Amino acid sequence: MSISRRDFNKLLVSGVAGSAFGLFGMSGNTFAAGGSKKHVVVVGGGFGGAATAKYLRKLDPSISVTLIEQKLSYITCPFSNWVLGGLKTMKDITHTYTALRTKHGVNVIADRVVSIDAAKGTLKLAGGRVIGYDRLVVSPGIDFKYDAIPGYSQKIAESKIPHAWQAGPQTVLLHRQLQTMKNGGAVLICPPDNPFRCPPGPYERASLVAHYLKKHKPKSKVIILDAKEKFSKQGLFTKGWERLYPGMIEWHSSTGGGKVLGVDAKAMTVETDFGAIKGAVINIIPPQKAGKIAFDAGLTNEKGWCPVHPASFESTLHKGVHVIGDACIAGAMPKSGFAASSQGKVAAAAIINMLRGQEPAPPSLVNTCYSLIGPEYGISVAGVYEFAATGIIEIPGSGGLTPADASDDQLAQEAMFAEGWYTNISKDIWG
Amino acid sequence: MLPKKNVMLGLVFTVVPLFHAGSTVMAADAPAPATVAAPAPTPAMDPAKMRERGQILALSCSGCHGTDGKSSSIMPSIYGKTTGYIESALLDFKSGARMSTVMGRHAKGYTPEEIHLIAEYFGNLSKKKN
Repeated sequence: MSISRRDFNKLLVSGVAGSAFGLFGMSGNTFAAGGSKKHVVVVGGGFGGAATAKYLRKLDPSISVTLIEQKLSYITCPFSNWVLGGLKTMKDITHTYTALRTKHGVNVIADRVVSIDAAKGTLKLAGGRVIGYDRLVVSPGIDFKYDAIPGYSQKIAESKIPHAWQAGPQTVLLHRQLQTMKNGGAVLICPPDNPFRCPPGPYERASLVAHYLKKHKPKSKVIILDAKEKFSKQGLFTKGWERLYPGMIEWHSSTGGGKVLGVDAKAMTVETDFGAIKGAVINIIPPQKAGKIAFDAGLTNEKGWCPVHPASFESTLHKGVHVIGDACIAGAMPKSGFAASSQGKVAAAAIINMLRGQEPAPPSLVNTCYSLIGPEYGISVAGVYEFAATGIIEIPGSGGLTPADASDDQLAQEAMFAEGWYTNISKDIWG
Repeated sequence: MLPKKNVMLGLVFTVVPLFHAGSTVMAADAPAPATVAAPAPTPAMDPAKMRERGQILALSCSGCHGTDGKSSSIMPSIYGKTTGYIESALLDFKSGARMSTVMGRHAKGYTPEEIHLIAEYFGNLSKKKN
């Protein structure tokens, strides 16, 4: 029953939408008639939201776009592990909204959205302003289920046991703890069960923490206490660890003693089925849910994520509101910054069509995630996605991982491409 | 399937960035259904729709290769290359004739027709701006 890409191509041939504007020719804008200008509001200035705002303006400059983000600059989770490993600085992963404002004509408002009235098409800011929209894009990222881990809380995360799964002060705290810990201590990294932001992230973190420890505290080790039985790019990571950090990284599956039963911030221990484990540094990555505003606006399902129409990313719960990025349920796509930006571009194109009373164009989506195991040892996962009747699916035969037998040259190239990837995607979104 | 909203054209304000502080602007739009209608094959492909398809496909490339395919890093630029060059490169990545780290995995996700549309999009983009 799935609609294949070939069907989509036929769809294109059929010219369903009648008068077909390409997304190229931006002249002849019927909506400018009568002095009205379409207004799209984007909530959240991360990979998803900022990409949507930029591409809405790029693809149709007649649309007025407002981006609401409370932070004045955005610090990316991608490459924050490089900071922990001593390979990048916080400045390297910080991006401002200047270019969105000055180059792309996006109205960026530094404020927080407190409520959304989807029926009226308005939202309210903490500062008291009420803003109306023709279409709304919500890209709120993630929030944490702190109470899923006995003994853990936001307060403990901010003082002693960081999650560092939203980059910023949390990254700085974890980095400082690594720098000040004694040689010989254990760094405990505790990743959650699926689904969560950046599936390979905890294992890249283990790699780059080990890189730092090997250089500065060689008697130390990394212990991963996992809520899962297997993890993303597992074979590639395991091989890389054996080659670069022999004996330094221990991974425990959920049933192999990895399941976190609780944490004691005072004793600095994690309770497992096999007893308490002491950490010089503990990094708990709690289970996650959609960002708070998604809950407040009634955009979430019983599992805490946002169901959307896969062709347009319009919420199935509130019309006129699109949800993209980590917060939405995007079928086969992982929760990654790259995926969020790809969804943002697709949502932007869909919104432009919908504002013109046309069908959203059949989407094409992509994901490319690099993980660094060492400075000259990179691996990647790629995926190309399309829309089918069952939702967003990965195109069979495409995508996949760095080959298991990749040569040292290829791994070194992937490490270089990882850096090139970061430069370009950052600029594609915030530049 | 989404029901259509009433179009309240009279209530659409002109919203200029930086000038809507304190104002409440009523939403007025008619969302199209987010599902895609059953395809009805016809012989000729609408050129505007082909360009639109090319653009949707090509937007995926900019994540790694830069906006409009203009790279600021070690990643190769797509911008400035001809349609023919891009098309044959992608086809070679797809078949494995050309070695790559990640491009083979990407190119396998597109049909030859889609590869042609992507190549044409970037080829035209370079022509237009040069």
